Amino acid sequence: MHELGITQNIVAIVTEHAKGMKVQKVVLEIGKLSAIMPDAITFCFDICSKGTLLENSILEIIEIPGLARCRQCGAEIALEKPFGICTCGSVQLDLINGEELKIKEIEIEEICV
Amino acid sequence: MCVTCGCSDDAEGKITNLETGEVNHHHEHHTHTLPDGTVITHSHHHDEASQIHAKIHGTTISLEQDILAKNNLLAAQNRGWFKGRNILALNLMSSPGAGKTTLLTRTINDLKHQLPISVIEGDQETTNDAQKIKETGCKVVQINTGTGCHLDASMIDRGLQQLNPPLNSVVMIENVGNLVCPALFDLGEQAKIVILSVTEGEDKPIKYPHMFRASEMMILTKIDLLPYVQFDVERCIEYAKQVNPNIQVFQVSAMTGEGLDGWYKWLAEKVGSLSIPV
Repeated sequence: MHELGITQNIVAIVTEHAKGMKVQKVVLEIGKLSAIMPDAITFCFDICSKGTLLENSILEIIEIPGLARCRQCGAEIALEKPFGICTCGSVQLDLINGEELKIKEIEIEEICV
Repeated sequence: MCVTCGCSDDAEGKITNLETGEVNHHHEHHTHTLPDGTVITHSHHHDEASQIHAKIHGTTISLEQDILAKNNLLAAQNRGWFKGRNILALNLMSSPGAGKTTLLTRTINDLKHQLPISVIEGDQETTNDAQKIKETGCKVVQINTGTGCHLDASMIDRGLQQLNPPLNSVVMIENVGNLVCPALFDLGEQAKIVILSVTEGEDKPIKYPHMFRASEMMILTKIDLLPYVQFDVERCIEYAKQVNPNIQVFQVSAMTGEGLDGWYKWLAEKVGSLSIPV
C-alpha cells in the first residue's frame, strides 16, 4: 500500500509550496503504468489532508495512458500493462508515456505577490 | 521520503546495528502551527520555496514536481557514495518467504573468504533475519520500517552510516518482503535482483510486472522442491522475459547448492568490473 505514503508525500510537498495559504485544488498526473492506483490516492487524500492547508481541497487526477515504441519496427503501441507484444512479434518495447507521477499544479486562494 | 508521516526529509525507520547493538530511532521534523491552529509538519526548502513564490500568478502554481524526485536525488547520492568507495551494492527483493535470507547466508558463507560482504536488512519488525546474517560473521545493520512496506534511499543513507562497509567490498540490501512497492524506489544500488521461489505461482512475473521489469536478474530459488510442487519453470521464464526481455535468470537451491555457481560467477564478474580485489 505505497499509495498512503505517496499521498502523505503529496500533502507535504503541496503544504511546503502553499506557504501557509489555503489550497483549493491539487492536480496530479498519474501514468496508467506507474503502479499507482488513482482510486487509492483519492481514498487516502481525504484522510491525509485533514487538519492541513489541503483540507477540503479538490483533488484532480489526470491519468496518462500507456504508450510504448517497438525497438524492432518503431511502431507505437498503446499499453494497459507495462509490457506487451508488438504486432511484429517483438517484446522489446520502450515505454514513452504512462509512468508519470507528478503534482502538475496547485490552486491556492488569491494572493498579491 | 518518509512513508510513515509524509515528511520529505529523513525517513522514519528504526536502525539496529548488530555489531554495537545500538538502536537508532531518528526522526527529524519541523513543526509549525499556523494562526488558524493548523499544524504543519515538514522539512525546509527555502531555496525552492522562494523560486516557487516567484512563479505565483493569480491563484495557480505550476509545480510539475515529481513526487519521487526527493528519493531519486538521495538515491543518486547513495550511488555516488558507493562509487567513491568502490562498493558493489545489490538490492534483493521478493515476496515474503521466497528465501532471500537463506540465499544470502549461503552466499556469504560460501564466499566470505574471497569477498568482503556486508548486509543491510530491511523488515517491518524484528531483527530475526539480521541475527541469522550476523551468525555468518559479516557486518549487518537492521532497518525496521514499521508500517513502511519498502526501503527507501534515505533509510539506506542512514543505514550505511551505521554499517560503515569497507572500501572495495559488496553491500547486499535485503529489501522488505513485498513484490510491489520496493520496485518503485531507487536506493542507489547498481542492480536490482528479484528472487522467486518455486513454491509460488509461475505467473508472478506477469502478475507483478513492475518488479520483474525493474530487475536485472531473477533468481529462481528452492528448485530442490520442484518434484513436489506444480511449477512450470519454462513458462515462468517465458513470462519473465515477456515483461523484461533482458532479464537474466538463475535457477538455484540454497539448500543443496545446485545452480549457485552461476550466481557466484555473475557476482564475480560484477565485482571484477569494479576491480574489487578478490
